[in-house]
Amino acid sequence: MGVVAFLIFFPFLAAVILSRMKKQSRARDGVVAASCILIVAAVIGLTVKFLSGGTSHSYLIETPVWNAAILFGEVFLMGVVFYFGIRYKKYYVLLLSAAGTLPIVWLELSGRGIEGRPHITVDNLTIIMCLIVGVVGSLICLYAIGYMKDYHRHHTEYRDRSSFFLSMLFVFLGGMFGLVFSENLSWMFFFWEITTLCSFLLIGYNQSEISIRNSFRALWMNLLGGVGFSLAIVYSTLTLHAANIQDLVGFGTKGAAGVFVLVPVTLLAFAALTKSAQLPFSGWLLGAMVAPTPTSALLHSATMVKAGVYLLIRLSPLFCGNAAGTMVTVVGGFTFFATSLLAISQSDGKKVLAYSTISNLGLITACAGVGRYEAAWAAILLMIFHAVAKSLMFLSVGAVENSTGSRNIEDMHGLIVRLPKLAFVMIIGIFGMFLAPFGMLIAKWAALKSFVDSNSFLLILFLAFGSGSTMFYWSKWLGKLISVSHGSKRHPDTVHKGEWVSMGTLAGLVVVLCVLFPVISSGLVRPILMRMFHTAAVSVISSGDIPIMLLMLCMIVVLPVTARLLTFGKQNKPSLAYMAGVNEGDDRTFVDSFGQKKEMYLANWYFEDIFGEKKLLKPSLALASAVIVILMTVAIGGAF
Amino acid sequence: MVWQKTLQVILFLVLAPFAGGLLSGLDRKVTARFQGRQGPPLLQPFYDLAKLFRKQSLVVNKLQTFLVGGYFVFSVFTGCLFFAGGDLLLAFFAMTLGEVFFIMAACSANSPFSAMGTQRELLQIMCSEPMLLLAAIGFYKVTGSFMVDEIVGTRVSPVAYLPGMFLGFLFILTIKLRKSPFDLSTSHHAHQEMVKGTTTDLTGNVYALIELAEWYEEVLLMGYIALFVINREWWSIPLAVLVCLLCYFFEILVDNVFPRVKWDKMFRSAWLVTLVFGGVNLLVLLCVRLIH
Repeated sequence: MGVVAFLIFFPFLAAVILSRMKKQSRARDGVVAASCILIVAAVIGLTVKFLSGGTSHSYLIETPVWNAAILFGEVFLMGVVFYFGIRYKKYYVLLLSAAGTLPIVWLELSGRGIEGRPHITVDNLTIIMCLIVGVVGSLICLYAIGYMKDYHRHHTEYRDRSSFFLSMLFVFLGGMFGLVFSENLSWMFFFWEITTLCSFLLIGYNQSEISIRNSFRALWMNLLGGVGFSLAIVYSTLTLHAANIQDLVGFGTKGAAGVFVLVPVTLLAFAALTKSAQLPFSGWLLGAMVAPTPTSALLHSATMVKAGVYLLIRLSPLFCGNAAGTMVTVVGGFTFFATSLLAISQSDGKKVLAYSTISNLGLITACAGVGRYEAAWAAILLMIFHAVAKSLMFLSVGAVENSTGSRNIEDMHGLIVRLPKLAFVMIIGIFGMFLAPFGMLIAKWAALKSFVDSNSFLLILFLAFGSGSTMFYWSKWLGKLISVSHGSKRHPDTVHKGEWVSMGTLAGLVVVLCVLFPVISSGLVRPILMRMFHTAAVSVISSGDIPIMLLMLCMIVVLPVTARLLTFGKQNKPSLAYMAGVNEGDDRTFVDSFGQKKEMYLANWYFEDIFGEKKLLKPSLALASAVIVILMTVAIGGAF
Repeated sequence: MVWQKTLQVILFLVLAPFAGGLLSGLDRKVTARFQGRQGPPLLQPFYDLAKLFRKQSLVVNKLQTFLVGGYFVFSVFTGCLFFAGGDLLLAFFAMTLGEVFFIMAACSANSPFSAMGTQRELLQIMCSEPMLLLAAIGFYKVTGSFMVDEIVGTRVSPVAYLPGMFLGFLFILTIKLRKSPFDLSTSHHAHQEMVKGTTTDLTGNVYALIELAEWYEEVLLMGYIALFVINREWWSIPLAVLVCLLCYFFEILVDNVFPRVKWDKMFRSAWLVTLVFGGVNLLVLLCVRLIH
């Protein structure tokens, strides 16, 4: 319990200290680094202690004092939203915030709240989430120290509020720890709202017109999800007398209470879809790009969006074969497919990452919605691998932007010559995102198998076509990085040491995880799934395939040597690329048949007229909205 | 068991280049006859390859040789996995990895022709991937396994349940073999508007590796076709060989009859065919399973 309390409270403490410190001071860097180390140490300590103990623990059964504190906190958060809503004249957020908070306040004050059940739980899933939030989140905070210095050197137009920024990052981590440890729905709701508010503040960091607009978009969408969450709490408390996730799952969907369980479950799923930026709520995640890169990395890989899928995975056993499950799988599968097409048309590196994040979350959502053991296994592993690989991608794009002044993929042409180390890290990240034998692919493979076994026709099609387009947008990015233009100048390496530590660790994790995944699966994932689904362990990836994948990994590692052998030691003659004219020696200009010098520019294909946002975004939003409205009505209406 | 698998792998490694080379020689001969020419000897591809291997390469950068090596290794590896009776999905993923190495090799040259070829090649992969995946799923739904050695032990040839998948597969086979009308990224014919597309900047022994890898890949694709036909009876094996040869002949015919299409036509038609033939076939399979 001590470690749990530390993990929840310490980040808030660190945040308070940081917000009081002078900007760009050594002491502040030290505090951030020390806090990161402490959090990682605590997370690892908790994991070790848990694994040696082996069972889950529940804490805090009677907690009148803490309940009051949480209630106070919720009202406080509402106050903060009111303040910003009035200050920027966005009055609709007041309404949404009140609609989410007041029912909970009423429930508690009128004494209808349910007591006598644990409020905090530590089990395998919380441990996995803690590792993701703690390790990946801390690495992002570490990266932020150096990044923010460069950021404000390049962007003098924005006011330097980096102390506030760093403290908000830690508040976020604290909120996420609270959320994953909470067993009680009202407590979870409190931390849920913390992440909403925190993301709002982080996205609006630059205080420019566009960032304020985008931050309010994130706020209203997530507050809307919050309203769903709070309605779910009210309904389940009044009708089912349950205020705990485990109790809710314990009802099951069969039996007398089963029909009524679907109501809060559908509402919670709705909240989770908004938080995980599924279509039609993808707008807030795309808008979050305007903030400094650590924000995107934190929101899109390790924390915010993972809160949504975490809740879905918790509820997963309730989704099997009902309208709520159909809603989640269809929305998730469609999101995966549609946003992977949209990603093709984007050339802004961060935007591609944003779309791919939504796409991957769609896949996780779909897996959770299937409501079966194998699918949930795939969902959890996708969550782990995605957090690591995606944060690596965000951090390296941020570092490239600080070094070259652009995050456009077209401008990354020939990065392997200009910034070899960063390009290499990025290549590892991209490999980790979609290629065998790396993590994401293993999980995608498991997802496919579970879709096939559960006869989900639509999901199979979404996955088959979506993985084709996923391959397209990642590979063409790879192609840009690896183009070798002769005579390119190297950029000076301006990446800070702390940034290298984060990126190096994450790149190492991408590789190590594909060796370690069987251990993670059997040690952490399998036990919790067996308990959640009351089934015997099923091996999702057959044991014969694992050595083959390790062999593939080894082959990639020894490839430089093999390539030497395959060309039989012949002395190859260096030459210049063929350009149907005389290559001037720099691969950029040639002399044509009229003897004139011509510039050459190689661009990737983006298919604006087929996959562009103008063409696809609106229909996708409309379709997804229709699916959500119809299936929510069916799911909730079915209970009455 | 292990010995048998090792033997299968060795047989594949040794025999596949011969089969692939012969198919390629046959292709050139038949194509020549279609066009009223005499055509080269049947063994010409082998002479060409031997000469290429003896030649010094002109390399545009050192990275490219390494990446071509990656393509070669993983193409061959995919074939080994398939012919050792391994997992179809894993073989599919290994193939994608090899293809990505190929894309990277072509991109690293940084020439206009290989760059344009790469974008087209990517599109070709994107067009063919869904059907390959659906076919693998089709085999699983019919035989209950993704393992090649278990699929070939089925009682009835899978094509009986997967006629749509088979037709869809034939369609994308044209894309995979880079035959006209879908030889967009690089072509075996000398009328390519982009010089040699993806392989423009590859020469000598490095290019020879690409040729050899393509032979291995051709045999793998034929193996896929055979998988539709083979069942536990002995006669299904010669039948499968016959079907493979017929399909290959069909591809040559198509190659000579149709002019090259634009990329958008390829994309739309490939996804549509996949959806209609593969998708409907899969839907029927799923429904039948549900009824039983």
